[in-house]
Amino acid sequence: MRDFKSVAALIALATMPAMAPAADDAAALRAELQALKNDYNSRVDALEARIKQLETANAAAADAAMAMAAAPPPPPEPAPSGAPAGGASAFNPAISLILGGSFTGTSRDPADWHIAGFPPAGDEIGPGERSFNLGESELTFSASIDPYFSGVLTAAITGENEIEVEEAYFRTTALHNGLTIKGGRFFSGFGYLNEVHAHAWDFVDQPLAYQAMFGGQYKQNGVQVKWLAPTDLFLEFGAEAGNGDGYPATRLEKNGFNGVTLFTHLGGDIGDYTSWRVGGSWLTQRAEGREGGIPDADGFPLFDQFTGDSDTWVVDGVLKWAPSPRRQLKVQGEYLHRRESGEIADSLGTVLADNYRNTSSGWYLQSVYQFAPRWRVGARYDSLESDAPSYTFAPPDLLDASPDRVSLMLDWNPSEFSRLRAQYDWDNARDDGETDRIWRLQYIYGIGAHGAHKY
Amino acid sequence: MKFIRLTALLLVGAASLPANAALKVLATTPDWGALTQELGGDKVNVYVATTALQDVHRVEAKPSLVARARSADLVVATGAELEVGWLPVLIQESGNANIQKGARGYFEAASALRLLEVPSQVDRAMGDIHPDGNPHVQLDPHNILAVAHALTTRLAQLDPGQAAYYAARAKDFDTRWDAATKTWEAKAAPLRGAQVVIMHRDQVYLCHWLGLVEVASIEPKPGVPPTAAYLGTLVGKLTTTPPKLILLNAYNDPKAASWLSERIHTPAVTLPFSVGGSPEAKDLFGLFDDTINKLLAAFK
Repeated sequence: MRDFKSVAALIALATMPAMAPAADDAAALRAELQALKNDYNSRVDALEARIKQLETANAAAADAAMAMAAAPPPPPEPAPSGAPAGGASAFNPAISLILGGSFTGTSRDPADWHIAGFPPAGDEIGPGERSFNLGESELTFSASIDPYFSGVLTAAITGENEIEVEEAYFRTTALHNGLTIKGGRFFSGFGYLNEVHAHAWDFVDQPLAYQAMFGGQYKQNGVQVKWLAPTDLFLEFGAEAGNGDGYPATRLEKNGFNGVTLFTHLGGDIGDYTSWRVGGSWLTQRAEGREGGIPDADGFPLFDQFTGDSDTWVVDGVLKWAPSPRRQLKVQGEYLHRRESGEIADSLGTVLADNYRNTSSGWYLQSVYQFAPRWRVGARYDSLESDAPSYTFAPPDLLDASPDRVSLMLDWNPSEFSRLRAQYDWDNARDDGETDRIWRLQYIYGIGAHGAHKY
Repeated sequence: MKFIRLTALLLVGAASLPANAALKVLATTPDWGALTQELGGDKVNVYVATTALQDVHRVEAKPSLVARARSADLVVATGAELEVGWLPVLIQESGNANIQKGARGYFEAASALRLLEVPSQVDRAMGDIHPDGNPHVQLDPHNILAVAHALTTRLAQLDPGQAAYYAARAKDFDTRWDAATKTWEAKAAPLRGAQVVIMHRDQVYLCHWLGLVEVASIEPKPGVPPTAAYLGTLVGKLTTTPPKLILLNAYNDPKAASWLSERIHTPAVTLPFSVGGSPEAKDLFGLFDDTINKLLAAFK
């Protein structure tokens, strides 16, 4: 009976617009209104029937629960209050799509941008090319797999017409006691910014420290185990292992894993308006024949390959103050410290030294203030430090490098789903005393399912 | 010692709930928190995720909330996508199988209600609309009662040992609520048919209950702040036939409403909207008492 009614309503809805005379707008509108009314009435009927059914079921369940206190029956599935979804497509995953792009202007040639004192960390860093640039279009699918797992795929379609798997992982949903296991490809959970997707960044690009030390973001191809402590204070511990496919690690020619990461985060509230989170992380990675060397003062690499250990630790902190739904202040900062040791070789693989050592570090501090419902302004300071590498026969004129950068940002958010941003950088990454002035205009739009953002 | 206790907790597992422990409830809004407290008494330990001065659409998945979700036996949410921007993250990050969607420890108030304004088509060009219907359900006492019944059932299922206790409290609440509802309806009778301007679509249930007639909304579309031009047209439209009241909520920015109020000589009344939204709205009874009192005071 219920089905018949909704089918009738559907037919009515489908045929109504066809019957309305197209010439007369008012008549068409009236017909549409009538169709809506009909649809609404039949829907109300259907819902009423369902509510009755539910109420009876609920009452029965309650009686049963009270009668035999031991094992109550499972609760009746809540009736969806929206339109009934049909057939196989009812199980379609949530789909969301992010569109992004920018316009870039630089005072120096972006083609020869490199960070002084740091080996090249992949091709996803730097200010990018001049003029209009299509950013990554991020396509995300997510759904529960079954009562035990959920799955997420985020694919990035680049402006260069390539498809990259940004993240593709399963996650457990049926474990107790604060345990969650994630597997596949995912942004590693260390620090604060590493897990944040590009469309949720507060600036156009990542801080220099992330660019120089992880090529932007470190993706783990492996497994993550997280445990949340049963305390009112937020306290989590995580451990990851992967295949090492991503700067500063490489894949290894042996069985086993590479890129072990340990992290912990602690967080809570101060009063009603302020929340905070701090963390500490440690990554131990290994590289075998990693290409690219630290540039000397003239920009030529001192070596071509590195084989050895790379250990990094990170401390991170974020504080948010939201005194009203229309104002928010967010302050965040991270410090990354890395030590690398091993052997270096030339492009033919001839070992140049087996006692190579280098220490580098980087930090940033940024603040974003939402001063009106739709407007945010932000400032960021970035700094890097690389000691001169030490090894036998190292050139004597090597100097410490200390690139830095200042960025200012203003963005306008007409809704939760759109953002237009302007950013200006004074970039001293090249460390030759000359500042690159970079300005960028960026758009970020989200369509499809309403995503939920992490803290 | 602490470490041993933690380890022991880990081993014992949350599945075997100690017989006399209070149910840990994470309520998304102060209203569901207050209702759970009414029904659960001292057998529940309620933590409320938001305050009446927050916009529940836009809440952060704060670490403190993830920590509460981790140990919750029951999540009481509104549903209908009201908490879509943050609750899924809490549930995901919680590592707590008991509160996953579809589990017994996950309760949605909307599942017990007939929602108003279920759109026949949805498009984001229409603003912040909710495909399942308007989720701001708490300002109709009949909705509160329907949710109370469903929630009592759920509490009894989660904590069968106390089923009789919950049933008794529910019965008591039922009687008091019924009487209070009759009083509110009698008091508010003069308001029936009064024309009002609302802020967002979140006073729709209140209007529906009291028979208030919405003639305009300060937000041109849900979630879209008014422009000067739009407010100008509102003034033009409302000057000739001024409405009786302009309604806004404790968490709203009062600027646009007071601007309009001056132009069209109509009082703007700030309603608590949620438990805690005004000093008088200490619990659900206070919320409705204060809402009706404020409406009547401004109406005169």
